[in-house]
Amino acid sequence: MRAVRALSAALLTLGVAAGPAAADASPSPSQDEASAPTRAGTSFRTATEIEQGQPATASGSTGDYLYWSFPADTGQRPTVEATVKLPESHASQTWQIDVYDGLRRRQACQYGAQTRTAAADAPSVKLACVLRTVRAWSEPWANDPLPGTYYVRLTATGVATADLGLPVGSDVRVDSRDIGGSAAVDGSLAEPLVPGVATKPGQEREDAAVLAGLEPEDGWASGRWSDRWVWTAAGGIMAALAGVGGYALTRGTGRPSRVPPA
Amino acid sequence: MITRKRLAAGVCGLLAALTAGLAFPAGAAAGEPTGQGAPKVDLVLDVSGSMRARDIDGRSRMAAAKQAFNEVLDATPEEVELGIRTLGANYPGDDRKTGCKDTAQLYPVGPLDRTEAKTAVATLTPTGWTPIGPALLKAAGDLDGGDGSKRIVLISDGEDTCAPLDPCEVAREIAAKGIGLTIDTLGLVPTAKLSRQLSCIAEATGGTYTSVEHQDELTDRVNQLVDRAADPVVTPVATEGADRCAGAPTLKSGLYTDREEFGQQRFYRVDVRPGQELRASVSVAADRAVNPGYGVLMRAVTSKGREIVRGEAAGNGRTDVISTGLRYPKAESDDEDAPAEAVCLSVSHSFSAAPGVKTTPGLPLELTVDVVDAPSRAGDVAAFGLGRGWWLLGVLILTGFLAGVVWGWLSRWRIAVWRTN
Repeated sequence: MRAVRALSAALLTLGVAAGPAAADASPSPSQDEASAPTRAGTSFRTATEIEQGQPATASGSTGDYLYWSFPADTGQRPTVEATVKLPESHASQTWQIDVYDGLRRRQACQYGAQTRTAAADAPSVKLACVLRTVRAWSEPWANDPLPGTYYVRLTATGVATADLGLPVGSDVRVDSRDIGGSAAVDGSLAEPLVPGVATKPGQEREDAAVLAGLEPEDGWASGRWSDRWVWTAAGGIMAALAGVGGYALTRGTGRPSRVPPA
Repeated sequence: MITRKRLAAGVCGLLAALTAGLAFPAGAAAGEPTGQGAPKVDLVLDVSGSMRARDIDGRSRMAAAKQAFNEVLDATPEEVELGIRTLGANYPGDDRKTGCKDTAQLYPVGPLDRTEAKTAVATLTPTGWTPIGPALLKAAGDLDGGDGSKRIVLISDGEDTCAPLDPCEVAREIAAKGIGLTIDTLGLVPTAKLSRQLSCIAEATGGTYTSVEHQDELTDRVNQLVDRAADPVVTPVATEGADRCAGAPTLKSGLYTDREEFGQQRFYRVDVRPGQELRASVSVAADRAVNPGYGVLMRAVTSKGREIVRGEAAGNGRTDVISTGLRYPKAESDDEDAPAEAVCLSVSHSFSAAPGVKTTPGLPLELTVDVVDAPSRAGDVAAFGLGRGWWLLGVLILTGFLAGVVWGWLSRWRIAVWRTN
């Protein structure tokens, strides 16, 4: 009994202790919901951080390499969509989005038009990339998407010299679908795959430059919870009920007829 | 009872450890250095004779540039140290040698006095040659010192008239100094040749090139570039990799830069203790014309030369950078003072220089190293080995039912046996 009491006290205190820590984690160092980013970085180091579901715009020039970064957590399947508004007159141009993970490894797109060629004088070009589902853990030799920062690079891969430097506008948005328990794998990373996570400056230096500082809205998932718990528990309950049913079936109803009354 | 007490004590201990763990990170970083140098921007403006052309919204290029500068000076963020340099502003003559040295500091890089800077800009009249290369060299000198970000914004309307000094080479050499300088270029009503030259300069330093045909485009772009300089950015530390694992520099968690020539292999060392994970990523930037078809390979090898894990990437076509990364979690050791393992990171790339392109200095390389706690091992493919789905439910129900039936039969049989006895 004492152990139970100690355990519940411990859990309560832990809840209280973890509360503020979780609350501290949520405010992000840069933009909030209201002010959508209106610029883009030009390298991995200077990538503009965006939240998922936050539309980001940026004006640039044809030939620029525009970078954004966003956080993606376990069980999410992110979709990156980009629209490039091209100048009034231009030759045929090929545009491309590439997505890289926190280790700057290129991530494959399951589907979506990652590369598209705009005909001469076309007003805009739309690109999309649907990533694989983010897993909580993978072998170090694998290239699976892991929770952490993801980079989006938007650029023109095929462009005539005369078109270099012409002004273009771009809209980028990242949304993700929650895949849920079917993607819940065992194991977890000690830290999400956020570049510079080992050299993160403390709370006193909130304005200090970081490689990536944004977290998902509710902080990084611990990876402990998945709907597999519900399925397994429900299975257990149903098995118990079926067991009772099976038992009752062999016993029949009421008193067996051949047992003489006492 | 004793076990229960132990359990309770253990829980309390665990709780204490967790609370300490939660409280600790905030205090741990207190000793870190604070503050970063002020970002510095040098605006380099072409004041050559061709700036007289009246083709920007019906006004002369010079007038457009002046107006843009006035607006930019008004909008410059407080913390940015801004300077202005001119090229071709003073020597109107025909002597190429003198004309190609004509670059002057109009307003020194430092805390900005808006009125003074504006007055200086107002005095400019289009005059001489277009010595882009020498101006860039001098501008890099203007920005020397400090550890903030550095940016040159070059505004020109004609290609360099001072061959053989190729401004593109100059830009690459400036970048190779490793002072973290970016050159952004703007071409006023550019020709194809100017576009090529200015985008070459920009690409050599990881900057951007914009062609400008309207007044508002010029103002917006320069403003944007000055704002970008004000963004705090992590400055990488310059390092120099060795050509063998032994003698390679030992890196801690952080961001590093280096230069790697074509066909070269670079080694770095990272110490990883048992129970830690090494995360490393590398990007090699193509700062000059390279052939299509390139790749990068990073291997983590033991000091004996055995490969542990590798990251590789390949690509073709136009690119600014090719990058890859790797993770190496080192298993927990039973021995508490097990020594750290020196893991060697070997980096090589397969870029090849386009014909006629200089191969020195090497391509810029950026390396991130993070050493964090190792991940928990996965004992099963599914989370905690839990099940999911209708097949699982079916199997569990069927098993439960069969178990119930068997149990029922058994107990019936037992009662029957008991009754007969």
